[in-house]
Amino acid sequence: MIHLERVNKSYHLGHHALHVLRNVDLTIEEGELVSIMGSSGSGKSTLLNILGILDDYDSGTYRLGDALIRDLSESRAAQYRNRFIGFVFQSFNLLPFKTAAENVALPLFYQGVPRARRNALALEYLARVGLEAWAMHLPAEMSGGQKQRVAIARALITKPRVLLADEPTGALDSKTSEQIMNLLIDVNASGVTVVIVTHEPKVAARTHRTIRLRDGVIEADEDRA
Amino acid sequence: MSLDRLVELVETLRTAKLRTALTALSVAWGIFMLVILLGSGAGIQNGAEHQFRDDATNSLWIWPGATSLPFEGHKIGRNVRLTDEDYDAVKRHVDGVVHITGRFYLQGQFTVSYHGAVSSFDVRACHPDHQFLENTLITSGRFINQLDLAENRKVAVIGPVAVERLFKGKDPIGEWINVRGMMVRVVGVFEDEGGEEEQSKIYIPISTAQMAYGGASQIHQLMFTIDEKTDVEHSVAVAGQTKRLLAARHHFSPEDKRALRVRNTVEDFQRIVMLFQRIRVFIWIVGIGTIVAGIVGVGNIMLISVRERTKEIGIRKALGATPWAIVSQIVLEALIVTGVSGYLGLFAGIATLELVRKHVPPSDFFRDPSVNLGVVVGATVLLVLSGLLAGYFPARMAARVNPIVALRAE
Ligand SMILES: Nc1ncnc2c1ncn2[C@@H]1O[C@H](COP(=O)(O)OP(=O)(O)OP(=O)(O)O)[C@@H](O)[C@H]1O
Ligand SMILES: [Mg+2]
Repeated sequence: MIHLERVNKSYHLGHHALHVLRNVDLTIEEGELVSIMGSSGSGKSTLLNILGILDDYDSGTYRLGDALIRDLSESRAAQYRNRFIGFVFQSFNLLPFKTAAENVALPLFYQGVPRARRNALALEYLARVGLEAWAMHLPAEMSGGQKQRVAIARALITKPRVLLADEPTGALDSKTSEQIMNLLIDVNASGVTVVIVTHEPKVAARTHRTIRLRDGVIEADEDRA
Repeated sequence: MSLDRLVELVETLRTAKLRTALTALSVAWGIFMLVILLGSGAGIQNGAEHQFRDDATNSLWIWPGATSLPFEGHKIGRNVRLTDEDYDAVKRHVDGVVHITGRFYLQGQFTVSYHGAVSSFDVRACHPDHQFLENTLITSGRFINQLDLAENRKVAVIGPVAVERLFKGKDPIGEWINVRGMMVRVVGVFEDEGGEEEQSKIYIPISTAQMAYGGASQIHQLMFTIDEKTDVEHSVAVAGQTKRLLAARHHFSPEDKRALRVRNTVEDFQRIVMLFQRIRVFIWIVGIGTIVAGIVGVGNIMLISVRERTKEIGIRKALGATPWAIVSQIVLEALIVTGVSGYLGLFAGIATLELVRKHVPPSDFFRDPSVNLGVVVGATVLLVLSGLLAGYFPARMAARVNPIVALRAE
């Protein structure tokens, strides 16, 4: 499903370049449940953003399914983000002026799905994360865990093949974290490939495979299955 | 554009109330001010032009006075007396004279009666051409003619005020009226745009008045139109020629300003026209300034709003919005806001002018404020377009940014 080969990424800060990912080789098969760990600044988010086509890389190749993700046109990139990938952020990134249901329905708007169908599906996905009663609430009226569930519903509504989550529980207490993890495990059980960046060993322990990054290099790749 | 997208747009606009309101206000205010400005300019101009409506604007008016310069041994303070011969001389020898008339002044109000109905009126004694100088319109019968003059006929042309007061709606043509003891026959009825005062005049042949009131062949005032309507230089030359002719006939210095007073309406009117050209230029400069201020305002708001929305754009892109979807959303938002508010500004401006037109009585300073709809609609379109451009370029830039860069914005 995901296939990286000698991927490099640097940030240029004035004169010196910061080499964040160094020759990363990585293959994740369809249906896997993977966590990525590593100390702060090791390049986890950078890697996940590249996987989510939110950022580009300097050299190497990245294949998502059969597609080579490289120098994509903007509309192509938008299409892959919309149809293949669901992304969950640590900071939720909900649109503050839209209700939970509207937030969840938004990706379908960009697919041209009619309004009524969009709203019906949004309610269905909100129900899946246990928030049907909160459909008409604005993000500001919800707790962190609730917001993250809305974000997950939004990521899933397009039936993506890959769900990428960058510290989805980073802003949540341990009990809420566990609920979110249960949800992600359910998602994975339904056949979606799930990649989670996390600092928490507890979270990583519930995934089937953990990739450890250190200064932009894959240091270890442990399979638990 | 689908209804669905429109709903999405309106929802976004509704949630970003302040931004929407500021953009709308800036556009509506600009257009409103422009309409008021142009309308007021037109009102002032119409008022001034109205003052000239009943007089020919290409005429010279001449009044004899008393000499103030010694000339050929004559002392100063001598009265100049114009006569029918002067009328003939000017008519024959001055180039460019078209319609010419004298006036014999009949002082004070004249009591006029008809079958017991009595009222008083100003009586004006003049030549047939007088009707072209005062823009007198004959509505029935005729004006004074050459035969009236030659035969000193006792005829009169009366205005609508006299018709109403003396005849009470009856047809006055052919009826005899008593003008301060002299019986004259009504031969015509006129109308004059010059207001109540002009409407209540009674015209009689100048020769009849000269005979009846002991004027011999005296003329108190000479008026004529000239062949060029707007050529000030020509009118000044004609005035000069007239003055030299009359000066030679009456032995006074052509430089003597008191011996003969000349009013040149070509000059007067052109002065007003020039003044209004300047006022118009000024109004246009202010108007363009208003529109430019509006454009800058709208542009600024759009720029700020796109910058404010960088994070939103990042989120939308991460969810799969194409740059086109983002740009078109922002541009359409701008279009709706500026279009609707521009229309409202236009509407409010025109409604205000209408209210003024209805409730402020027209005067010589202000009447009939109106705007050229094409100009203000053009200005509105310009503002809307500038809003679009001001939204388009920053939106296109923002839509091209990597989603992750946009998401990092706060
Ligand atoms: N836009 C950027 N410009 C410059 N440097 C950046 C940028 N984004 C990230 N970096 C740097 O790249 C390195 C990797 O960043 P990244 O966000 O991938 O780390 P991370 O492993 O996710 O860390 P954390 O656990 O704190 O989230 C860091 O040193 C960071 O400072
Ligand atoms: Mg990170």
